Amino acid sequence: MHLILFIVFTGFCLAGAINLLLQSHPISSALSLIVVMVSLAVLYLLLGAEFLAAAQVIVYAGAIMVLFTFVVMLLNAGREERTLGSHVARAVGFPAVVVILSVIATVIVQAQGLGAAKLTDAITSTEDLSRVLFTELLLPFEVTSVLVLIAILGAVALASHGGGNPQGNRERTAGK
Amino acid sequence: MTGYFHLWLIPLAPFAGFLINGILGRRLPKWIVTTVALLTPLAAFSVVLVATAGFFGLGAGNVPAVGPMPFIETCPLAWIDIGALHVDFSFVLDQLSLVMLLVVTGVGFLIHIYSVGYISDEEGYARYFSFLNLFLFFMTVLVLAGNALVMFVGWEGVGLASYLLIGFYFKKTSAADAGKKAFIVNRIGDFGFLIGMFLLLANFGTLTFSAIGQKLIANPGWQGGVLTVIALCLLLGATGKSAQLPLYIWLPDAMEGPTPVSALIHAATMVTAGVYMIARTHVLFDHSPFALSVVATVGAATALFAATIGVVQHDIKRVLAYSTISQLGYMFLGCGVAAYSAAIFHLVTHAFFKALLFLAAGSVIHAMGGEQDLRKLGGLWKKLPLTFAVTTIGVLAIAGIFPFAGFFSKDAILYAAYTQGANGRVLWFVGLVTALLTSFYMFRLWYKTFLGESRSPEVHPHKSPWSMLVPMVILALLSICGGWIGLGENLGRFGAFLAPAVGARATTASGDAHLELYLSIAAVAVALLGWLVADRFYRQRPGRAAQMAAANPGSYELVLNKYYVDEFYGATVVRPLLGISKYLLGWFVDTALLGGGAWLLGGTATFAGALLQRWQSGNLRSYAAWLAAGTAAVLLFVVVPWATVWPASLNLIWKMAGH
Amino acid sequence: MNLLSQEVPISWYLLLSAVLFSLGVVGFLIKRNLITVFMSIELMLNAVNLSFVTFAHQWHAVKGQIFVFFVMMVAAAEAAVGLAIIIAVFRARATLAVDRIDLMKL
Repeated sequence: MHLILFIVFTGFCLAGAINLLLQSHPISSALSLIVVMVSLAVLYLLLGAEFLAAAQVIVYAGAIMVLFTFVVMLLNAGREERTLGSHVARAVGFPAVVVILSVIATVIVQAQGLGAAKLTDAITSTEDLSRVLFTELLLPFEVTSVLVLIAILGAVALASHGGGNPQGNRERTAGK
Repeated sequence: MTGYFHLWLIPLAPFAGFLINGILGRRLPKWIVTTVALLTPLAAFSVVLVATAGFFGLGAGNVPAVGPMPFIETCPLAWIDIGALHVDFSFVLDQLSLVMLLVVTGVGFLIHIYSVGYISDEEGYARYFSFLNLFLFFMTVLVLAGNALVMFVGWEGVGLASYLLIGFYFKKTSAADAGKKAFIVNRIGDFGFLIGMFLLLANFGTLTFSAIGQKLIANPGWQGGVLTVIALCLLLGATGKSAQLPLYIWLPDAMEGPTPVSALIHAATMVTAGVYMIARTHVLFDHSPFALSVVATVGAATALFAATIGVVQHDIKRVLAYSTISQLGYMFLGCGVAAYSAAIFHLVTHAFFKALLFLAAGSVIHAMGGEQDLRKLGGLWKKLPLTFAVTTIGVLAIAGIFPFAGFFSKDAILYAAYTQGANGRVLWFVGLVTALLTSFYMFRLWYKTFLGESRSPEVHPHKSPWSMLVPMVILALLSICGGWIGLGENLGRFGAFLAPAVGARATTASGDAHLELYLSIAAVAVALLGWLVADRFYRQRPGRAAQMAAANPGSYELVLNKYYVDEFYGATVVRPLLGISKYLLGWFVDTALLGGGAWLLGGTATFAGALLQRWQSGNLRSYAAWLAAGTAAVLLFVVVPWATVWPASLNLIWKMAGH
Repeated sequence: MNLLSQEVPISWYLLLSAVLFSLGVVGFLIKRNLITVFMSIELMLNAVNLSFVTFAHQWHAVKGQIFVFFVMMVAAAEAAVGLAIIIAVFRARATLAVDRIDLMKL
């Protein structure tokens, strides 16, 4: 059972990821990414992380990807253009990726002491999670919430007037 | 012994004069400049006189009667003190340096007085006296030096002062060139001196003359070999400074300087530094018979060579210059036959009469408004009677006619040469012929300048001031009686006085007083013969000389042009050197190698920069690619089995560091 | 291996994570739209999350899951700010092509 579920959702994952690479319109890529996110949520559930699965769907697929989609539609991003390209990216990047993948894969395959995953009752409950989160790791939690606050402020500042409003700039330069 | 005599005052007084006149001279009124310029050599001379009095036991008051010589004064601070090398600032006063000091400061002082009259109208008055004082400073350092390095300081310094003074009329190109030539040729000689010093240091471990002398005396069997090499190197330095073959070429050109400079530097003192140096290091030369014979040969050859050139020169100062070279050859001849006292004796008498002759020539030139050509002079015996009188004395002295000074000193050298052996006879003969020529050309000069009718009747000579006449008179008196201290066997009192410093010459045929008498008669006869010939050529039949010259145009031109030696050096040494500088060093090394190297370095940096600049393309994707490559590299480095090598090598380094 | 078995080797999860990560890097290299590039970054982050959860399961460590939680939060913040920047860039340059946004060069 575990295996079948694993294989199915791994397939969805990989299909979504490859589709992200192959599509030329960003909205298609975004939708593929949503597929990846959701299948990852299922995989988390298979691994016994129920809270994270929920968080993945709610935060990632439900908020972040929606944000992406909003921006794509806002900016009217069309199909990708054939631009200048970069020879370096292909010549240097692809071998690098190959090396990364092969090294990690080799390490994983050769690793000792890795067991197997089972569908058990050993699911990490939300209660366990929050117990550790709000006692031992309270400080990182609070700091992260401050970080989010700053991100909100920054996003608001950047997207409204600050950082390159062409009409504003033209007004300013014309006034000199 | 502590500083009873304060020898350091002797160089320091002229140095102070140099500083004052050099720095402030232009702003001071002329009488202050003159006073400073005259007081400082007088101060030096007085200290020397006090020292002399001390040595002869005439100590009065707090000047002790110091018997034993030498008297050494060392600065408490060592100059060089590295490992085995130890060199001090030390001044040594012994008989030899005392004699030299008397000549240098005494004649120097007289010439300073003379210069007051000679240079009074020129611009650069203060500059002249500051340079002259500077020269006196360096010369006294040279004479007083107790080791070769201090002597070298003085050696180089007098070369510098000579350069400055020869080029005194620096606006004249010929004067500037002459100064350069003097300095450069001196430097070639100094190279030999330097090599000699290095070899001395290598073989003796010290540069102090007394220490070297003691070491050599302790090993009488150590002859020849490296000592010959050292002696020949030192001889090279001496030929440069004392204008012998092959480095004499600068002295005739040095006549571009003012005449008192020629008198002081290029007749009486600087050019004698070479002879002094050989006398100072005589123990070294005594241990190397080959070097001694080279010295004697060089001296004799130079004497004859220069005398032949001097016979036909037209410029009054050039005649005297070649005469100086010739007389210096005599001194070298004296050193070469190990008769050092005779050489020094001739040095002293030569200083007197040659300085006198130069000063007289200066008086003539000054009177005739700058005219130096013999062909335009004449009939001056009426107009300049005092100059005529002193010149006569000088000419008689240099010709070696009894009882003037030159007779005794020249005779001593010739006698020493004759008694030396088979080679000695040849040297004696050469010396005799040179004496004949000397007498001839000096009387030629005398006739053409003073006697007969004036060849430039339109010029009215004006008399010289007393500041120019008094020194000449004093020098004339010295030329008359200066030789009398050499009366008697082995130069009498003079030889005995100098013996502790330069060694008494073991006269082999000492008992033969008759030989000495015969040789003296021969010398005087030859001098009178020269006078006679000059008389025939220049008084009785004035056109005879010109006829002879016209009859032998080839040899006449050869001698008149100094045997084309300058041209020869120019073609073989100067031009190749300039060519090498221009093409090899200038073009090849400077432009191609160094310039090319610099260009290469700069070009490499620019090229690398241009290459690296393309890396910063601003293209996001290439940046990402390099990021990925970096990640891959890190992964490889950390994870791959090279990782087993990496900690293993760290372990090894840790072990090697000693844990 | 029996298809109905209850076990899946942990290493398979990790391999999946590695593959997803490489796919993210490839996407980062070859995509020409700025937003799509950003999405590849999110893919990479997710791959890392997967491997964290896997190891949390392997060693029964809750802290692994908490770390994933933090990664999610930071990714959210980063996405917000990043997209705001993209909007600003679009306003300035009127293009989303990665190769045309190359003003930061020597």
